[in-house]
Amino acid sequence: MVTAEWYMTLAAVLFVIGAGGLLLRSNALVMFMSVELMLNAVNLTFIAAARAHGDIGGQMAVLFVLVVAAAEVAVGLAIIVSVFRTRQTASVDDLSELTG
Amino acid sequence: MVELVVFILMGAVSVGGAVAVVRARNPVYGAMGLMATLFALAVFYVVHLAHFVAAVQVIVYAGAVITLFLFVIMFVGVDRAEQMTEKLSVQRPVALVVLVAVVILAGVLVVTDRFDWVLTSGGDPPVVNGTVEEIGANLILDDRAAEPSASRWLLPFEATSLLLVVAAVGAISLAFYRPRRREDRNDASASGSDSSGRPS
Repeated sequence: MVTAEWYMTLAAVLFVIGAGGLLLRSNALVMFMSVELMLNAVNLTFIAAARAHGDIGGQMAVLFVLVVAAAEVAVGLAIIVSVFRTRQTASVDDLSELTG
Repeated sequence: MVELVVFILMGAVSVGGAVAVVRARNPVYGAMGLMATLFALAVFYVVHLAHFVAAVQVIVYAGAVITLFLFVIMFVGVDRAEQMTEKLSVQRPVALVVLVAVVILAGVLVVTDRFDWVLTSGGDPPVVNGTVEEIGANLILDDRAAEPSASRWLLPFEATSLLLVVAAVGAISLAFYRPRRREDRNDASASGSDSSGRPS
C-alpha cells in the first residue's frame, strides 16, 4: 500500500532538487524551470492530501496554483526576453547594477 | 500492488527529469526533463482520482508552458556557454548545507512517522472523485448548505480572471517595450513633429 507519506517524500525530493537548481544555477531560464519544478512538487502534496483527507479542497487549490503559475510564466518569460534584448545575456550574474 | 509499481516507475521518471532540469548544460534538455516530470506527476494525479487536474496539467503545462519555454530558449540562444563558477563565494557552500539539512529533516519526519496532519481516526476517508462535474460544482455552488449558495471558491475563481487579464496585459506591454537610446531621444526632440505621428 502506497500511503500519503510516500508521495510527500517524493514531493520533498522534487522540491529540494528544484531549490538546488534555483540556488546553484545562474541561467535565468534554468532558474525559472526550477521554480516550476518546486510549484509542481507542492501540487503533488496538495493532491495526496486531498485523497488522505477525503476533501476535494486540495484539488481546487491545485487548480489555482496552476493558474498563478501560468500567469507567472507569461510575465516572467516576457521579462527575460526584454532583458535579453537590452543586455544580450540571460545570466543573472551579469545583472548586478542594483548592488551597492 | 499496481499502485506500488506505478509509484516506483513514475517516481523514477519524475526524479530523473528533475535532475535533468538542474544538471543539463543545454536548457533544451532541461525543458525535456521538466516535461517528463510533469507527465509523471499527471500520472500520479490520475492515481489520486484527480482526473480533471491531470488533464489540465498535461494541457497547460506540457502543452503551453513547455512550448513557451522552448520558444524563449530558442530565442535567447543555447550556444552561449553558461559559466558554472559562482561570483559569490559563500553561495554554493551555504546552499548545499541548507539543501542537505532539508533532506535530513524530511527523512527524520518520515522515519519517525511524524506526519501528524494525515487524518488517521475514523476509518477510511471518503473517496473524492475529481471529475469535471465535481470540480465545476465546487467552484460555483455550495450544495452542502441547506439552500444553494455561492461556494467558498467562487471569489478566488473570479479573482483569477482578473489575474489572467493583468498578466496578459503585462506580457503584451513588456513585448512592446523598446528601450530608447539617447540619440533617438535627441533626434525626436530636435525634429519635433516627427515622433508624434509615428506609432512606436
